[in-house]
Amino acid sequence: MTTQEALFKYTLRLSDTSLILAQRLSEWTSKGPFLEEDLALTNIALDILGQANSLLEYAAKTESKGRSSDDLAFFRNEREFYNTLLVEQPNGDYAQTILRQCLIDNFDLLFYQELAKSKDETLAAIAAKSIKEITYHLRHTSSWVDRFGNGTEESHTRIQNALNELWRFTDELFEMNEIDEVLLKDKIAVDLKTIKPIWKKQVDAILEKASLKLPETVFMQTGSRNAKHTEHLGYILAEMQYLPRMHPTAKW
Amino acid sequence: MSKDSQGPLWEVFVQKKAGQPFVHCGSLHAYDKEMALENARDLYTRRSEGSALWVVPAAAIVASSPEDIGPFFEPANDKVYRHPTFYQIPEGVKYI
Repeated sequence: MTTQEALFKYTLRLSDTSLILAQRLSEWTSKGPFLEEDLALTNIALDILGQANSLLEYAAKTESKGRSSDDLAFFRNEREFYNTLLVEQPNGDYAQTILRQCLIDNFDLLFYQELAKSKDETLAAIAAKSIKEITYHLRHTSSWVDRFGNGTEESHTRIQNALNELWRFTDELFEMNEIDEVLLKDKIAVDLKTIKPIWKKQVDAILEKASLKLPETVFMQTGSRNAKHTEHLGYILAEMQYLPRMHPTAKW
Repeated sequence: MSKDSQGPLWEVFVQKKAGQPFVHCGSLHAYDKEMALENARDLYTRRSEGSALWVVPAAAIVASSPEDIGPFFEPANDKVYRHPTFYQIPEGVKYI
């Protein structure tokens, strides 16, 4: 694998993760628990869509086979998407959406802080821009995890259920393959092994503060690095890609 | 959604730049201080309107009522000597 191929696939992994997460979060738009929170989550979705857009444009440029960022977003199938399994999981109730987002924000903040030091200038610049946004997302979601965990009996049960449901998708965030090996040599990629213990420590602190417990026996899910997904991704793509596929020449 | 599920009302004040006054810009609902501050950020500063925020529980604001206009404000109408118009203001002073 050449560095260019690896860089394309690596950028695609990051952009797909942001794109699918933004699409998922957007499902809440106009349906949030109350007006202010509706806007807050929509803002977060929009930030993440912005990150996805920058990354997809860079992926298209790196591939240099004439595909645009829109082609990459709307004309690839399920088995060509490399987003993590966690981001494609259903929103569930608001506790589940918040918990998923909080786990991801913790990961993203550490990841993009490291990526900002990448030898690849474009990735480093996109990462640097994202850090402030993610810092705010994390503040927002961790305060909500705390409120759910220490709120009423029902809110506590709901967010504990969310943790039990989603924890099995967290190991996969840190998986590395040949792409990472190639890019680590050139100091382009982030070494996920080094951020894993820091992530675990930070998440443990948030969960402890929120009086939540990790599920005891969990079979960790895997697959997205090889574009193998849970059943949910196909439905997301069907909704997201419907319009450009029905009307490929449509313009805003 | 039940009628009272949005939490208490808060008033939001935005400061455009350091040193300028905080200006009232609207209100919002939130259950606690942190949520009120975050909601204020998302509702009132997403187009770069400010660099600092105050949120105040609406219930903590003591307001004059329309009936107070006479005794409160009208006695000041005929006391022009209270206005700072009888001396020169140095050039460059913008906010007074």
